[in-house]
This record gives sequence, C-alpha cells and structure tokens, in this order.
Amino acid sequence: MSEVTRMSRRQFMKTSALAGGGLLLACHLPFGILDAAATGEAGFAPNAFLRIGPDESVTVIVNKSEMGQGVYTSLPMLLAEELCCDWKRVTFQASPVAPEYNHTQFGPIMVTGGSTSVRSEWERLSLAGAAAREMLVAAAAQEWNVDPGSCRAKNGNVFGPGGKQLSFGKLAAKAAKMRLPKNPQLKSGAKILLGKPLHRLDSPTKINGTAVFGIDVTAPGMLTAVITRPPVFGGKVKSFDAVKALAVPGVKQVVAVDAGVAVVADGFWPAQKGRELLEIVWDEGEGATVSTPAMREEYARLSATPGMVARKDGDAAAVLSQAKQRFEVEYEVPYLAHATMEPLNCFVDLKQESCQVRTGSQFQTVDRNAAARVVGLKPEQVILETTFLGGGFGRRACTGSDFVIEASQVAKAVRQPVKVIRSREDDMRAGYYRPMWYDRIAACLDDKGMPLAWHHRIVGQSIIAGTPFESGMVKGGIDDTSVEGAANTPYAIPNLQVELHSPRNPVPVLWWRSVGHSHTAFVMESFLDELAHAAGKDPYQYRRKLLAKHPRTLKVLETAAKKAGWGKPLPAGHGMGIAVHESFGSFIAQVAQVSLDAKGNIKVHRVVCAVDCGRIVNPDTIKAQMESGITFGLSAALYGAITLKNGRVEQGNFDTYPLVRMQSMPPVEVHIIASSEPPGGVGEPGVPPIAPAVANALFAATGARLRSLPMTADKIKSALNKG
Amino acid sequence: MIIFQVNGKERRVDVSPDTPLLWVLRENLGLSGSKFGCGEGLCGACTVHIDGIPERSCVTPVGDVQGKKVVTIEGIPENHPVKKAWLVQEVSQCGYCQPGQIMSAVALLKKKPKPNDADIDSAMSGNLCRCGTYGRIRRAIHAAGGNAAVKGGDKS
Ligand code: FES
Ligand code: FES
Repeated sequence: MSEVTRMSRRQFMKTSALAGGGLLLACHLPFGILDAAATGEAGFAPNAFLRIGPDESVTVIVNKSEMGQGVYTSLPMLLAEELCCDWKRVTFQASPVAPEYNHTQFGPIMVTGGSTSVRSEWERLSLAGAAAREMLVAAAAQEWNVDPGSCRAKNGNVFGPGGKQLSFGKLAAKAAKMRLPKNPQLKSGAKILLGKPLHRLDSPTKINGTAVFGIDVTAPGMLTAVITRPPVFGGKVKSFDAVKALAVPGVKQVVAVDAGVAVVADGFWPAQKGRELLEIVWDEGEGATVSTPAMREEYARLSATPGMVARKDGDAAAVLSQAKQRFEVEYEVPYLAHATMEPLNCFVDLKQESCQVRTGSQFQTVDRNAAARVVGLKPEQVILETTFLGGGFGRRACTGSDFVIEASQVAKAVRQPVKVIRSREDDMRAGYYRPMWYDRIAACLDDKGMPLAWHHRIVGQSIIAGTPFESGMVKGGIDDTSVEGAANTPYAIPNLQVELHSPRNPVPVLWWRSVGHSHTAFVMESFLDELAHAAGKDPYQYRRKLLAKHPRTLKVLETAAKKAGWGKPLPAGHGMGIAVHESFGSFIAQVAQVSLDAKGNIKVHRVVCAVDCGRIVNPDTIKAQMESGITFGLSAALYGAITLKNGRVEQGNFDTYPLVRMQSMPPVEVHIIASSEPPGGVGEPGVPPIAPAVANALFAATGARLRSLPMTADKIKSALNKG
Repeated sequence: MIIFQVNGKERRVDVSPDTPLLWVLRENLGLSGSKFGCGEGLCGACTVHIDGIPERSCVTPVGDVQGKKVVTIEGIPENHPVKKAWLVQEVSQCGYCQPGQIMSAVALLKKKPKPNDADIDSAMSGNLCRCGTYGRIRRAIHAAGGNAAVKGGDKS
C-alpha cells in the first residue's frame, strides 16, 4: 500500500507543479468491480484515472498498454462520456504500475490481454467519470449556493440556474475538496461520445516520429547491448572468448547472462559487430534433438491414443463404431512467431536503491517483479514505465518475462543505463511461439446429413503448464486455452467428445493473438465445411441449421453471407468460403473470395466481415481491429511457419517468415451489428475465422481441401493431384 | 568525418563509415522516428529519402551518404498532404511502421501525383505493417493524391 500512496502523491505533485493546482481524482470506488472473484487489493484499491487542470486540461490515465488497438482513445472515451468534459481537451497518459491499475478480472496484476481492455474497464472508468462530474457539480453548487440538483455538467462546464456557468478548470481546485460520492449515478439519455468514430488521440505522435517506443528510449550515458543466444532451446554457454569482440571500437564489455552472451557497446552497430566476433562454446543439451518433423510424428502417434476429456456430450465413440460412413481427418498447424514490427527490447537503469525499467510491456506487474528479483530490490523500488508498443499480440505479456529479465541481468553486470535490443533474427529465434497443433477428428452424419457424432483429439503444448499461472489456469489437467473454440463449440452435435494431449518439449510457447482460437477455428470451421460438402449441402445453410439456438452467431453469419453476395455467380476460377467463430465475448463471421494465381498461390480478392461485439465505444477502432486481425490471420494462413531442425529455428527474418504485404492484402469490408449486449473484445476475435474462410474458399474454387497451414502452392498442388 | 545534410541541416558524424545510416540517425543525431524492423532491407520501417529517392537506411552505410541530402520523417512538414491524409483516414495502429510507410508514400506522390492501385502496390510493397493498415494506407495515398475515387469505403 505504501507504493499506492507514493505513486498517487507523485502523480498529484506532478499535477500541482505543472498546473498550479488541480483535481486528481483518486477516489475509492468500493462498487466499481465487475467480477466478485477480483477480491482484495484488486477489487477495493483506490482508482486514479483522471486529472483536471486549472488550464481546462483533462488527462485520462490509462492502465492498458497501447499496442495498436487504440486504448489511449477508447478508454478516455469511456471516462469522458460520463464526465461530460470537452473532448477536445482530453489527453492521455500511461499509468504507472500500482495496485489501483490492476486488471479488474485477472487478479492482482496490471496486464493488457485477452481482448479485455474495454470490457473490463467500462464500468470502472464510467464510474470514475461520473464521480468526478458529481464533484464538479457539487463544487459549482456550493460556489453559487444553489441545489446541486439545479446544476448540470456539459462539455467541460457546469451550468446553474439563471445562466450561471463555470468551467471544469475553474472548479477543479474546489472540486478536489468535495466529498467523494458514494454512489455516483451514470448519465441517462443519449451518448455524446460512445458509438462515434472519434479520431485516435495518439495518431499525431505516430505519424511524425515523436511517439516513444521502447526501442527509442534513451538516457545520458546509456549503453546498448545485443545478446547472442544458444542456437537451441535450453542450451547453455560452456565458455566464450571475447577478445576479438572487445577489440571492436565502441564495444565496452562482454558479459554472460542466463540468456547467453551480451555484447555491451555505445551503440547498436558496434554491439552487432562485436557479437559477430564472439567465440562461444555451447552446451546444447537435449534441445539439439528437437525437430518439427519428428515432433509431428510424435503428435500424430499421440492423437491415436485417448487424451484428457475436455467435453463429452452423448457417446461419440459408440455412435461412430456403429456408423456406416465415417469421416476421419487430421489437421495441423505450425509454430508461429508473433513478429511484432518492433523487435523486443528493454531499457534498465539500475541504481543502488532503485531501478527504472522502460519498455513496451503488456504484463507490467509480472515484469516489474521479475526485474526486482534479478536486481535484488523490492518490487516497489522498481519503477516500470510503459512506452508505446510496436505491436504486442501477446508476445509482450511473456509468462517468463524473458526480455525484461535479460536486460535486468545486463544492467546488473554493467551498472550503467543499458538498453538491450533484439535483432529481428534474435527476436524470431528466441522462442515463445504459438504452439504447433495436431488434431485428429472422426465424425459421422445422421440420415439428414447433419453431424451426429464428432470425436476430436487435440495434441499440442500447453502455454500455461510450467508457468506461475498453472495452478490458476489449468483445471483438471486441461489448459482451457488449448481447447477453447473446440470444446465449447456452439454447433448442435448430439455426440461430441473433445480430448486433449499436452506433451512437453523445450520449445517455449505463449499466447499469440487469439490464443487457442487461432488453431481451433481453422479446424472446426474447415471440417464442418467438409461435412457440409459430404452431405451435399451448402456450407452456409448447413451452419445456419446448426446454429438455430445461437442468435448472435447466426446473425453475424447471415450478415456476412448477405453482404458478400453468397450464392451469386463468381468469375471463373473464384470460390467463396465462409467461417464463423466466437471468441473473447464477440461473434465474427467472415467470407473470403479467392482464386489461384499463375504460380498456384492463393490470391484473396475480398474479405467481408460481420462482427457483433456488443455495446461499442468507437466503431472505427472496431473496424480497424477487424482489418488488423484479418491481415494477421492471413499472414498465418498463407505463409507463417516456424520450424526446427536439430533444435535450430530455420526462420530468421521476413524473407523466411513472410507477412502479407500491400499487394497481397485484399480489400476488407467490416459490418458492425448494432447491439445492446455486454461489450466483447475486438483485438483478437478478428483473427480466427480468416484461415478457415480462405481454406473453404480454396475448396470452393479448386476442389483442394487443405488441412494444414500455411496454405502454400506446393500443398495446394499435391492436394489437387490427390483429387 | 562524414558530412551530409539531414532535413536541410548539415551534420557531421565521426563514426565508422560502415555504420548503417539508420543507427547514425537514431543514436548519433537523436532522430528516432526512423525505425528498426529487420536490418536487412525487408520491412521498410527505416525508409528515408536520400537525394529524393526512398532508401532503406538500415542497409545504407553512412559512408555512402557523404555529401548527400537525407530527409527523415522528422523533416516532413506537419501540414504535408500525406500526413493529413494519414490522420483523416486514421491509418495508424501501433504506429511503428508508419514513419517508413509515410516516407515511401511521400516519395511515390512526388513521382506520381495521382498513382493508381498498381503504382501503390509497387511503391509500397517494401513496407510491412504487422498491424494490417494496408487498406487505409492505400486510401490515404489516393486521398493525398487528390484522387476522387477514395471517398470512404474500400477500394474494390
Ligand atoms: S529495418 Fe530497414 S528495411 Fe527493415
Ligand atoms: S501500424 Fe503497427 S506495424 Fe504498422
């Protein structure tokens, strides 16, 4: 708690110093908690989300990391709507790490993930805005000696009887002395900001080069380090010779850290040149035996044996054993790198009694605590400052805090401000991938051609097992993130069994934008399509029938189909595919139109997306996130694969790990369903449907059914040859 | 000593001539708007103009720009039509690739004030955006070029 007080006071003094007195809303909100499970500090800690300056400035302090999804706009909109301030005065500031900024649902940590920013903060920020508005109104009423009920706030002013008017800035000092409302009332009536496509507050700094990302952090006397890591996972440094590296002008030190050998220099280039001259003897250990083809064989073997049961309706095995016709398939997807545009990096300045960490983190409390452990300080002695993130996608919420720990170790060794930068190759080869998955499914149809039994085995590493989060997140041996999207399929299948194998191996794995759904949606939606075709039915109508009891899923499906012109004639060689998937509280359907180009590669001509994410804050942000998820998912569907040979990752840069580029990006149309349902996430749910939509379109266009990602020309050719 | 012009000002740096221009801009000259994404000329995040031509500064040794004119994102005026179009179309997501995208777009429009989609494909194909802002970049370029075809909606 001492930290809370200290941080709050620090914030407050900053305000006072800057603006000569203002209102810092550090109100205790004993009610503002959505989830009863978030007890203790997380639930009842004070909040500090707003500062109003006498200069009329309104600063919203944002406790979520900005990594493209627009939280520096959507979260201020939530608060500003209730505050009734002038939106033109609103600016944002990244929050420090403190308990009052912890996630409202994920326990006592500050974290941005799970597509939860808007939905988890909606109530808390609305109430924070409402409470501040009531205090401003109370201040004005006292000033005028009138009943607060006769005053109202609008557009940054409080209006009273007889044309009285005072601005928020003028009221700020007085409002700070008002009693905190116990039960602030949310506004009624039409929304002023919510639902409007307001421009992002952070855009101007992002187009003129002034936005500070982690890699841009600098400090007087700062050194820059690169780390050469073992060529295989789990490898260790046996010995190294740094003589030649140290001879490179600008190289200052070479130090061993747990991650490998760090070359510390007065800039990135000398550090890179130094590392090329390092002579390191590695102890490779078991990691050198890991190869993805062998792993795939092992997964295939495992998939033929019973796993832990994640869902059981009816008796799929018994029904299948009696079936006249069984459909049996294997699906597989590879390891994937997050490949954030900004390679991982971290700045650490370690002093005797304090430590400053500046980095683009999605996992602030975990990273701060990890740094504290490394440098031997108490967590509250470590100040972690969140910069802009040049992409996150889950990679910057690392269960192992890898990039923060390695930088802290280097800082401890050099005792000077230091920034560790990963080259693209370092970034791509250092692990924490989306797991590789292997699925085996058997199914049979009833006499009307609808699925009667579906027996599904999933094989792949748990991203939670072996981490500090295992006890909380792995239930009865099942890591829900391994089976999400399959075990909870909305399709009405009377006999459904989903089983899981979670083999372990040395390749580090992590949540990757949309997590388990990135794999299960491809498998579920592709195989369902196969069954529809096997039954001789239209895949869209087939889904409609199976979703009769799921109106929101049905609605997005129908909207996407209608807007795409499903069933209308297409140019020769073109095909349309559809897929629908629920994740993170939102429902998304996508239709893709594809053909093959002259080289036999998939050309995606158009994507139509329908989304129901409940009540919305900013429709343009939602559109942007759908476009973004589709692009991200398309890169994985068409190109993405991390493979290992003798323990070595075979990809290193964008030549071997290609991404969608301008000329391969189809136009995307996004349709948002008007909804009054609780808000859902938008950062991730756009990803899952695109791979199956494209795979299903490929089948419609060519008759090639691809059960393996990425969908390369070679695989398409061999599928066509098989007929 | 390497002498060249950056955003209209003469700069002198005393570094090894094989140092990529990108790191000289970022670390020696404090111009961190140009970004590091790949170091291999594969992503375009480091794009700057050298004597008016868009180049990847991560693979341009600073020794090669001796006596030349370099323009970085910091040298593009705030009221430049490309920047304005970027704001109107709300292009940026994480924003990391955008300085490079803008530098490529500015160069394209200088060469071809009303580019068609194929021109955009070829001029922008070297600039990756992991966040998937391609559709908006395309619209913003059309808009900045005064191409009436943009008005809302995607190109189709
Ligand atoms: S950093 Fe220069 S092209 Fe990628
Ligand atoms: S906006 Fe994030 S990489 Fe382009």
